[in-house]
Amino acid sequence: MADEHRNEHAAPHHITPLTTYIFVFVARAAGTLLTWFASTVDLGWMNTPIALVIATTKAALVILTWVVVIGSFVWLGVLFVLTFADYLTRFWAIY
Amino acid sequence: MTSVTYHDVRFLEPAKTRNYLNVDYGAFSWLFTKDHKRIGILYMFSISIMFILGGFFAMMMRLELLTPEGDLLTSDTYNKFFTLHGIIMIFFFLIPSIPAVLGNFILPIQLGAKDLAFPKLNLLSWYLYMIGAFVGLLVIILGGVDTGWTFYTPFSTQYSNMHVFGTTFGAFIVGFSSILTGLNFIVTIHRMRAPGLTWFRLPLFVWAMYATSLVQLLATPVLAITLVMLMIERVVHVGIFDPALGGDPLLYQHMFWFYSHPAVYIMILPAMGVASEVVAAFTRKKIFGYKFVAFSSLAIAFLGFLVWAHHMFVAGISVYSAMIFSFLSYFVAVPSAIKVFNWTATLYKGSVSWQTPMLYILGFIGLFTMGGVTGLFLAALGLDVHVTDTYFVVAHFHYIMVGGAVMAYFAGIHYWWPKITGRMYPEWWARLSALLVFAGFNLTFFPQFVLGYVGMPRRYHAYAPEFQVLNVMSTAGASILALGYALPLAYLLWSLRFGRKAGVNPWGAVGLEWTTNSPPPKDNFHETPVVTWDAYDYPAMLKAMGETQNV
Repeated sequence: MADEHRNEHAAPHHITPLTTYIFVFVARAAGTLLTWFASTVDLGWMNTPIALVIATTKAALVILTWVVVIGSFVWLGVLFVLTFADYLTRFWAIY
Repeated sequence: MTSVTYHDVRFLEPAKTRNYLNVDYGAFSWLFTKDHKRIGILYMFSISIMFILGGFFAMMMRLELLTPEGDLLTSDTYNKFFTLHGIIMIFFFLIPSIPAVLGNFILPIQLGAKDLAFPKLNLLSWYLYMIGAFVGLLVIILGGVDTGWTFYTPFSTQYSNMHVFGTTFGAFIVGFSSILTGLNFIVTIHRMRAPGLTWFRLPLFVWAMYATSLVQLLATPVLAITLVMLMIERVVHVGIFDPALGGDPLLYQHMFWFYSHPAVYIMILPAMGVASEVVAAFTRKKIFGYKFVAFSSLAIAFLGFLVWAHHMFVAGISVYSAMIFSFLSYFVAVPSAIKVFNWTATLYKGSVSWQTPMLYILGFIGLFTMGGVTGLFLAALGLDVHVTDTYFVVAHFHYIMVGGAVMAYFAGIHYWWPKITGRMYPEWWARLSALLVFAGFNLTFFPQFVLGYVGMPRRYHAYAPEFQVLNVMSTAGASILALGYALPLAYLLWSLRFGRKAGVNPWGAVGLEWTTNSPPPKDNFHETPVVTWDAYDYPAMLKAMGETQNV
């Protein structure tokens, strides 16, 4: 129906197979459980790095599977760089 | 495929064929429709109810502020009313207004397409909107919420005993409606343009909707996750924003405004698109600097992501980052000014006609400029300290959101009403309404600039007696404004039955939507159009009309 006269100059697009969706969902659910489990064990100074490694791995799964990496990193970079521009230069002594 | 050329279609009379309104009857034909035009009408109906409800809360606030004492509403009720006014007007009216109503209806027709790329997703987005709105209305019935529309922590997570969870959940759901609409528009614009409709032949409304959709798609998920974190902290006390739990309240403000400042551009970019259409149609000229106007939409969408912390200058952020955000906030004025200058240049030596849509858009240009210039006051680090949380800020953002976005929404509704319904509205009443809205708006909000500058804080139900004269002016203006908004409701409904039949192209405008019947057939066009002309090619149209008359 609607695509009967789609623009013939448009670029072909890639369709992600269903199995990829299922794999990423299961892997990220496992990562969440792992984060919860890690929070119940006191690993000293390793607590935060381990939680960050799991979170980064989960984010990387989404990014590498679906995200158009360069454009999206620019946008995410804006959020992170400008937010940290505040946190890293804030005059914390007054808090 | 038969090509319908620009010169052929302009003089077609509406064929006596079925259109999208009479192709099917009954409630189910509307509730399960996948037709973008009917979904646009569903949105129009839904957001109109929200506009009336949000307007009711505004009027109650203005009546309370008629006298310095808090004699009509208690302070708690006043807190709820300004919160509900903000939430309803922003999440449930302004953000879906032009994109979901006019974008849904007009965009596929302007592209020469039969529908949006994902019609079922489009219907889903309306249902998500309705579910979110239902949750919001439920909150009102259950007792309301008093956090302000920004849900600032730690008040929202720790201290408020009102329905914060329900309200944020409603806003969370409505966010997905916005995301799906943006996604649908981007795919449709990329893949479903009619043969010959290249990027630089697109109407500027399409460019504006494209930029809006990018913002909807990139910013709204951040709001969604922010609201989820707020709900998690409020309900299960995970430390994210609460310092006592290891969190940071300013993190909430960073993430909230990363969405909510670009959200202003979700409201104003489509308004700019409407302005370009109307200015060209009612001056009979090509838009001056078409490519500049088109790219300035994208520039606004991009720069809009870089300025959010100007809402936080007095909140305790780093002075160094505040300087960067101040500079970037000045920078976003450049593409906005390009648009204003180009519309003005288009008016120059144009054959200007004073129809209602044009009156609304002339009002839009002036009021948006006022709102933009006063925004620069707030981007200035020193001056911002003086006027933060005063009525100056209230006046500033109402000049953008109401003077800008709502004026353009009404302009668009009047401009495309003949196409949507096949009927003309009564021009005299409509002009009167446009003038009442313009006068009422300025009387309401200009005094608030002065009030804020001399120190009246926002969000209080009582105030010092010396502020009363300006508050009385503001309330009087709000009454005129309410009348101005009520008139279209009456005469547009009247026109559905008694309005003069519109014909294919009552304005003599160019653009694919003016080449099909009014109302359009279910699939928009009887034959796929082939575009062989540039956007706003009024000189060619006027030449062709002259030649026809000579024959």
